Amino acid sequence: MLEIRYVWEWPVRLTHWINVLSITVLSVTGFYIGHPFYTATETAQYIMGWNRFIHFVFAYLFTVSVIVRIIWAFMGNRYASWRVFFPWASREGRKGMIETFKFYTFLEKKTPDVVGHNALAAMAYLVIFALFLLQIVTGFVLYGQFAPGGFWATVFGPLLVAFGAQSMRLTHHIIMWLLIGFSIHHVYSSWLMDVKEKNGTLSSIFGGYKFVEPEDLH
Amino acid sequence: MKNENTPEPVSLPEEMLQRWEERGVGRREFMKFCSTMAATLALPVSFIPKIAEALEADNRPPVIWLEFQSCSGDSEALLRANAPTAAELILDHLSIEYAEVIMAAAGHQAEQAKNEAIEKYKGKYIAVVEGSIPMKDGGVYCTIGGESALNIARKVCGNAAVTIAVGSCATFGNIPAAAPNPTGAVGVRKAVPGATVLNLPGCPLNAENLTAAIVHFITFGKLPAVDGLNRPLFAYGKRIHDNCERRSHFDAGQYAEKFGDPGHRKGYCLYKLGCKGPETFHNCPTVRYNEGVSWPVMAGHGCIGCSEPQFWDAMTPFYRRLPKVPGFGIEATVDKIGIGLAAATAVAFGAHGVISALRKGDESDKVKKEE
Repeated sequence: MLEIRYVWEWPVRLTHWINVLSITVLSVTGFYIGHPFYTATETAQYIMGWNRFIHFVFAYLFTVSVIVRIIWAFMGNRYASWRVFFPWASREGRKGMIETFKFYTFLEKKTPDVVGHNALAAMAYLVIFALFLLQIVTGFVLYGQFAPGGFWATVFGPLLVAFGAQSMRLTHHIIMWLLIGFSIHHVYSSWLMDVKEKNGTLSSIFGGYKFVEPEDLH
Repeated sequence: MKNENTPEPVSLPEEMLQRWEERGVGRREFMKFCSTMAATLALPVSFIPKIAEALEADNRPPVIWLEFQSCSGDSEALLRANAPTAAELILDHLSIEYAEVIMAAAGHQAEQAKNEAIEKYKGKYIAVVEGSIPMKDGGVYCTIGGESALNIARKVCGNAAVTIAVGSCATFGNIPAAAPNPTGAVGVRKAVPGATVLNLPGCPLNAENLTAAIVHFITFGKLPAVDGLNRPLFAYGKRIHDNCERRSHFDAGQYAEKFGDPGHRKGYCLYKLGCKGPETFHNCPTVRYNEGVSWPVMAGHGCIGCSEPQFWDAMTPFYRRLPKVPGFGIEATVDKIGIGLAAATAVAFGAHGVISALRKGDESDKVKKEE
């Protein structure tokens, strides 16, 4: 008997979509900042000014969203918990890692039965969250340069001294591409799992519900 | 009605101005110098008399100017300084005891003058260091009078009241320290960790900032406030980008695409030509070089970030926005790698998707169950 289970609570879904929106906006505006492909025809256009303004506003939005999600990892249900992002720490998680790996590499036909994130996806998200944090830090390091002695310069200034502005800029730029690469993988994987698991993976990030066959869960 | 915010008019004592006139420094010139120094140091107008007093007092510290692995560019910059002229600076404001490029003495005489100055003014003189110090192989790559640069620096800077490292070589190693750094060149702070060092990077240094730093030391008896890299905030506290005269074009989105193109001729922003103004802290746009005549960006060339640490490695390629990806010998820009990465991801997952779709029979159990 199929069971409808509430998996993704609203803070998880909300932060997910805010992240999608802000990563899209930040990548587009950030790409323009790094490579202004359009040259204005008059001084009054203020194109770079608007790009940077939007970039900074969404940077704050993204930062708040990531912080909220991290807090929710300690407050939310077991599918949102920080524990799932370290699958190698539990016996069940290790088993899940092997099963998922076999499925992805066509060694196994059956998808592993999971309700929340599968073990490999959770590991990828851990890396992605690390990249998010690194992106936020390098972003605010660069942002803080406009006001030496200001808040961000005081908080992250030592990084500027230790690594230099150019390596911060390069890191920030590389992470943008890594996140774009991840997005492609992420959309594909969710589609694949939606097709193979037939449990409503894709719609679950909108509505929060998945269809679970309790017998499958050991 | 008198505005309460109007500062008191600054006046210097008549006798003081007369004494300077007797020395050949016109009153207007002297007033101008004191005002310029106050402005460079970002001090209020009320400090001008204090600066004048300090310059008048006969307690000007002696200076020992050392030169190691460098091109003498900083000495040259100083010699061409015009406010004050080098002659004034050397003969009136400071007592320069030793400086290879400009001193009359040579050989053993010069070395003797240096050693005597160290003894005589122990703990009181200002050491100015130009050029990087090689550390490799016992410092054999730079020796003067048979002694290594490292030993000379330790001796001279160790006994100085303060050390001012001038130019990017003395501060961060600069070109001699650029990869692969065959001589193990370092800046003064790394070579002589115990010394009190003020860093004045720039390639060459801006002589006005050196003069201002010395005037600050003479006036207040201490070095000015510094940032995380020991650079004085009055000169390195603001980003070039934020004071640049081309900034409005940056914000507007107007960029020179090539040297000599219409945008370049109209004075548009040099960002796309690799200007490093957004990551360089210096007062070039406000103080400028050569008596405030011009500076690189004003002359139409992007900033190359010469006053930032390891600029020869970190700021290259000079005509690109981002540095080279370390570890790649080829001119692989990060965007190419990024696009390649994204494309490879798409191709890999596309292929995975095709294989998944072609595989038959999987999940059949589940489908039956649902029926």
